[in-house]
Amino acid sequence: MAYSDKVIDHYSNPRNVGTLDKSKKSVGTGLVGAPECGDVMRLQIEVDENQIITDAKFKTFGCGSAIASSSLATEWLKGKSVDEALAIDNMEIVEELALPPVKIHCSVLAEDAIKSAINDYRVKNGLEPLEMPKSHH
Amino acid sequence: MLKFPIYLDNNATTPMDPRVLEAMLPYFSDKFGNAASRNHAFGWNAEEAVDYAREQIASLINCNPKEIIFTSGATESDNLAIKGVFEMYASKGNHIITAVTEHKAVLDSCKHIEKLGGKVTYLKVNEEGLIDLKELEAAITPQTILISIMYGNNEVGVLQPIKEISALARKNGVLFMTDATQAVGKIPVDVEADGIDLMAFSGHKMYGPKGVGALYVRRKNPRVKVTAQMDGGGHERGMRSGTLNVPGIVGLGKACELCKNEMESDTQRILKLREKLETELLKLEESYLNGSKEHRLPHVSNISFKYVEGEGLMMGVKDLAVSSGSACTSASLEPSYVLKAMGMSDDLAHSSLRFGLSRFTTEEEINYAIDHVKEAVTKLREMSPLWEMFKEGVDLDSVEWAEH
Ligand SMILES: Cc1ncc(COP(=O)(O)O)c(C=O)c1O
Ligand code: FES
Repeated sequence: MAYSDKVIDHYSNPRNVGTLDKSKKSVGTGLVGAPECGDVMRLQIEVDENQIITDAKFKTFGCGSAIASSSLATEWLKGKSVDEALAIDNMEIVEELALPPVKIHCSVLAEDAIKSAINDYRVKNGLEPLEMPKSHH
Repeated sequence: MLKFPIYLDNNATTPMDPRVLEAMLPYFSDKFGNAASRNHAFGWNAEEAVDYAREQIASLINCNPKEIIFTSGATESDNLAIKGVFEMYASKGNHIITAVTEHKAVLDSCKHIEKLGGKVTYLKVNEEGLIDLKELEAAITPQTILISIMYGNNEVGVLQPIKEISALARKNGVLFMTDATQAVGKIPVDVEADGIDLMAFSGHKMYGPKGVGALYVRRKNPRVKVTAQMDGGGHERGMRSGTLNVPGIVGLGKACELCKNEMESDTQRILKLREKLETELLKLEESYLNGSKEHRLPHVSNISFKYVEGEGLMMGVKDLAVSSGSACTSASLEPSYVLKAMGMSDDLAHSSLRFGLSRFTTEEEINYAIDHVKEAVTKLREMSPLWEMFKEGVDLDSVEWAEH
């Protein structure tokens, strides 16, 4: 399979690999996927009092497209408001990274991870969790 | 000077030895005759070349040249052996025994037999990839006509106890067929000493050309016959019709001759390189050798690197041409059925790489491969949430993974 230059770039120089302190109230953590499916993505956001995402980190066990999708997602998340982050659609990731059809689910995983991190943040801060509309596979 | 990518996928196919190519070339041009033409020198020359190749092959596997049936490769040989025995021995019985880790050419031929009303037993393997001889013996019934167990596995290289299997077959009056595609030319294979009745192998796994292979069919003690699966001019003693692929056959013959002469020195060199590769890569934490360490082909090494995903790893080792036990595309999230049959968990199977060495692999290449793989695994682990959890002592089996 040929990877796009952008996938290769994110894979070779992943942005924002790392871990935020998940015990902090301002940090939301999303862990999606499963090892036996061959992909696990963890995405974390740190949110300030104005509901702006000030930091985002990821770690991904998965193919190059999954790594690139999550790396890209963290780039996009920084500086966005939580509501703006919620609006990120996996197809935007597909477009930006030029993912082929068989790799669409890697981007879905990234969208799921974003939503799941936001939900974790919401629950920690006494808000209702949101419905997760899309699901991987 | 290293050339990239470094080819370490020699169980998929080998490069052709230049000496093989040289032997083949005249048969594409000047010596183009049909080996079945009886009336002129073109035909005689071709026939002579084919007969010589038969002798080169026979000498490698210790059989009579007449026992070699030329085919288009091991896939065809497997099909011909299994379907051909099923048809030829229909009056004796309809039961075949094989194993779950066989190549698809064997497994799918067996599936075909089942559709025709035949019965097939698929033996399980243990975590080393070996079948259980007691289970094999217990599976034999008066209806059993064939046992088909591969010599060496293409994914992990495990060698089955061929002599013991053939002894059981003999004792019970059952034919024994083996897919020896990965073994012939790499280790001593002797159809007499090993008690083999039918054997499939292929040119392109032993430095010969693609598209040519052979089926060994025993002529004495017992005399074995297979029903042709291709109708036509009755070539190859009526078992495989079709004008012979003379250049291919010449190439296969030459490849066998070279393997016979150089097997010992090749093997010693390859074993040293593999030992180095394995020792170094297994120094990485949480890396595991797959399959029997002891009963194994000399030129393959299958290693799992836990907590990194196979496809991501393949991308990380882009300077190497290797293959992975994983195929993570949402359509088929299927880890290798061979590794699964050995009881390996999906995540370990997903994290495996197969390294296949050859006569042409150099120490420089292996040194590079070691560094390259170590670097990729380390980098991917730093990126892996599973590695982090493992390092923190989280039991991954106890985690409730989000449904997706
Ligand atoms: C064990 C085994 N059997 C059969 C085959 C098929 O051989 P061929 O490509 O010659 O049809 C292969 C190669 O992929 C193999 O490794
Ligand atoms: S994570 Fe499964 S193919 Fe990308």
